[in-house]
Amino acid sequence: MTALELSAAMQAKKIGVAEVLQAQFTRVEQSQCNAFLALAKERAFARAHEIQAKIDAGEVLSPLMGVPIAIKDNISTKDIATTCASKMLQSYVPVFSATAVEHLEHAGMIVLGKLNMDEFAMGGSSETGHFGAVRNPWNVDCVAGGSSGGSAAAVAAGDVPLTLGSDTGGSIRQPCAFCGTTGIKPTYGAVSRYGLVAYASSLDQIGPIGRDINDCAALLEIISAACDNDNTYVMQQPFCFDRSDCQGMRIGLPRNYFASGIADDVKQSVLAAAREFEAAGAHIEEFDMPLMDEMIQAYYVIACAEASSNLSRYDGLKYGYRSDETGDLQTLYKVSRSEGLGLEVKRRIMLGSFVLSSGYYDAYYKKALQVRALIKQAYDELFARFDMILSPVAPTTAYKLGENVDDPMTMYMGDIYTVSVNLAGLPAVSLPCGFDKQGLPVGLQLIGNAFDEAKLVAAARAYQRRTDFHTKLAGGAQ
Amino acid sequence: MQIDENLIAYLEELSCLQLSADEKQRLAGDLQDILGSMARLGQVNTDGVPERSHPFDVVNAFRDDDVQPSLDRALILRNAPQQDGEMFIAPQTV
Amino acid sequence: MSWEIVMGLEVHAELLTKTKIFCGCRASFGGEPNTHVCPVCSGMPGALPKLNRAVVDCALRLGLALGCDITRHCKFDRKNYFYPDLPKAYQVSQLYAPICRNGKLGDIRLYQIHMEEDAGKLLHTAHGTRMDFNRCGVPLLEIVTQPDFRSTEQVLAYLEQLRETLVYLDICDGKMQEGSLRCDVNLSVRRPGEDFGTRTETKNLNSFKAIGRAIAYEAQRQIALLESGQTVTQETRRWDDNKEQSYSMRSKENAQDYRYFPEPDLLPMHIDEAWLARVQASLPELAAAKRARLAQEFGLSEYGAKLLTEHKELAGLFEDIARQSGQPKEAANLIIGEIMRLMNSTNTLPEDVRLDAGKAALLIALVVDSSISRAAFKQTVGAMFTHGVDPQAYIDENGLRMVNDNSAVEQAVAKALAENPNAVADYNAGLEKAFGFLMGQVMRQLGRAGNPEVVRKVLVAQLTIAEKPA
Repeated sequence: MTALELSAAMQAKKIGVAEVLQAQFTRVEQSQCNAFLALAKERAFARAHEIQAKIDAGEVLSPLMGVPIAIKDNISTKDIATTCASKMLQSYVPVFSATAVEHLEHAGMIVLGKLNMDEFAMGGSSETGHFGAVRNPWNVDCVAGGSSGGSAAAVAAGDVPLTLGSDTGGSIRQPCAFCGTTGIKPTYGAVSRYGLVAYASSLDQIGPIGRDINDCAALLEIISAACDNDNTYVMQQPFCFDRSDCQGMRIGLPRNYFASGIADDVKQSVLAAAREFEAAGAHIEEFDMPLMDEMIQAYYVIACAEASSNLSRYDGLKYGYRSDETGDLQTLYKVSRSEGLGLEVKRRIMLGSFVLSSGYYDAYYKKALQVRALIKQAYDELFARFDMILSPVAPTTAYKLGENVDDPMTMYMGDIYTVSVNLAGLPAVSLPCGFDKQGLPVGLQLIGNAFDEAKLVAAARAYQRRTDFHTKLAGGAQ
Repeated sequence: MQIDENLIAYLEELSCLQLSADEKQRLAGDLQDILGSMARLGQVNTDGVPERSHPFDVVNAFRDDDVQPSLDRALILRNAPQQDGEMFIAPQTV
Repeated sequence: MSWEIVMGLEVHAELLTKTKIFCGCRASFGGEPNTHVCPVCSGMPGALPKLNRAVVDCALRLGLALGCDITRHCKFDRKNYFYPDLPKAYQVSQLYAPICRNGKLGDIRLYQIHMEEDAGKLLHTAHGTRMDFNRCGVPLLEIVTQPDFRSTEQVLAYLEQLRETLVYLDICDGKMQEGSLRCDVNLSVRRPGEDFGTRTETKNLNSFKAIGRAIAYEAQRQIALLESGQTVTQETRRWDDNKEQSYSMRSKENAQDYRYFPEPDLLPMHIDEAWLARVQASLPELAAAKRARLAQEFGLSEYGAKLLTEHKELAGLFEDIARQSGQPKEAANLIIGEIMRLMNSTNTLPEDVRLDAGKAALLIALVVDSSISRAAFKQTVGAMFTHGVDPQAYIDENGLRMVNDNSAVEQAVAKALAENPNAVADYNAGLEKAFGFLMGQVMRQLGRAGNPEVVRKVLVAQLTIAEKPA
């Protein structure tokens, strides 16, 4: 059952809110995926009773009223630990909730728990967290993708119908592709970032992960509501997801994305999907994506630069891990940070410090911002020709746990198809579009112009009406 | 460019980190590879291209100068490793 | 051969906005530790800044008042460094596109004015460092000059003028002792005509006196180094006013690399014509202009105009009273004399003076037309200043009105003469002091409310008549 169907059943009083919640908790407790870092049982059941009372009183809060949801652990939840999967924030309990979380609670959704991820969202496999790797429900020896690995795995395993993830360079889309779930990376500024623990502020965006595009669109509608406390929230008017076809849409297919470095199964599935869109009434046209080889570089320069600054606040004085070290204050800072942060995080902080340091700023950081401008300009030109762009999400399907974790260059190259979307602030949806020879899911992404989420949702609906990849759950879960 | 011990030590200082010998060695190698590949950015012609630090050209998001209640002090201090009910405390003197 | 001292100033002015620069917490001085604090200003994970429009307005006011070039498209940058008073480990400031550039104050050229956030306060104890974040995020303007100063006098005159300007613009209270105005001095020495020498920056200067002493100290220190063949190290020094010396702050060789980059959490600002015009229209008259105008319009002395314009509240009060009474000299004397004396003796700040200009004008009219005496005037001003009394009612209640009525005076004089024939005889015999005695007698008859001038005239007249044989 989808989240919308589940809510409809609860609102029709065919099933109780607490009953649904209990069933989910039972599944979560049997899960093999290490997708959850915390469960908020007591709070969730108290909420379930409140929501049930409202349903009984005939109140309708939203089409997702009563639906349990789990939240990526870099999104602040008041009075529920928010660790970012880091030893540094192991015992940090926020005193406020993220705006997105407040919105979904107002809509009558119930926060069930917090989800595992790469430490501070830095990674593409959900293996860098302090609390162990997330496992892919389709094959527990494989990674779930990252950094929102827990968010995708929990949905794929049927542990929870909807989750929130965050996407800085592909962190919603890539785990969706690896786990066979649907996700939306919204336009930058469409969802408040208030309460999202920052990795790279000019790229980060919260988004929904679910079983199908309708569930995701319904949740996006809720979390994109007005926000007073994020300067970079720039929504002008609410989304209107009333269209559900791709008739006459011009879809661009970046020829050079398929030329090399892409697994054949992925290539074939995405090209098959292109034919499906064509059959549904869209026009497919190939083009060459400019700057393909520079995107990753520009992304990592900018993301690491911002990260090095954003993560400086973790010093063991105000919150978070403090070492027992008894040297001077500088030593306390250094040792607390070094013991509290993992290697991948340190790697990116060091890189960020380098590209911002005097003498290198112009050659790396400033240059990356200029390349970012060129990428944005390239997309502007593409969207004059196309309604959207269809591309693979990742060059491969889920790989084995531990396979790439010690090879940052290979790991970073896995983001090749996704990072430019964040650099340009664009929306994209990630849809399941097949399986590889090992039976692992393949995903595609549709990239739209800024605030064109409705078009993407319309095309995604058309695709999901014609295909059934999204209806399959790992291990045949229902 | 060559990533040497001095540069790693300098970046540690800027990053406020104290790496183990093993981490230093690994990161020196990683940074060598990653920065080497980032150098390809230098080949892109960006003459006259403005720097883009934000995806969109939106400007002017302000708040009015109205007082909002501050947070209860107990909550401000709640996550502190060390505090005395009034202030955060670092065991060391600056 | 002589040495020339070259200085530039960096002044930090805390703004008088109600709230902090990036959150709605109170920006006011003081408060119990960590009670003006929220997730934003204490740097909690996930909290985001939201810019206070009033801070930009303050920067534009100062920039326009000082003739600066306004950066139409300006933005914030992050300055990264680790220190316990900086909870985010970066200060949001402006490096690449500060809101104001150039401009002048007197002869001193300004380099730039930018907006930034203040840091918290640290309390150092034997057992560690205690951190209070109340001041974190209080808005600051940093006003940076060119290296145009050559003497301490120039520095102090500039600071006084800057302080006065900030106060006139209503953007800073100018209180150095509370830290709302802080000054760092960049200083180098050179032989006249040579290139600039290596400079040092001296911080922690909390009073004009400290600034004077610190400049003298640092100049001497650098000259001594150079004259003994040593070199000056570029460094930041901290002034200790008790010991009257400065010392080099903790080595910052590496930490000097602040890795500034554009603040991604804040959108750039675009300042259009309409905004500038609005600010321009709201600018008040500044001290120097007011001084010149008051001197000219009311015929005040240069000295009087200077005293009156030192505090804009008093200048405004003066102008109101002068206009309403039509007696600018009386109004000026009232403020410079009685009011300033009362302020001193009661420790009252100019902004706390509560004196109704209309009532003060009325009181001036009373003294000018001799309805009350100078002494009664002073007494009434005192009561108005301290208790806010209504002057008319107060004068009546205390019988301070003078008797100017001739017939009443004539009756009193006649009575006094009749009752004191001996004194009259003494007066006629040429004994001058008998006149004073008779004046006293008449005033007693009039309940001490007689106008002395009138009494004198009538008494002289009647004595002259009395002298003639009946």
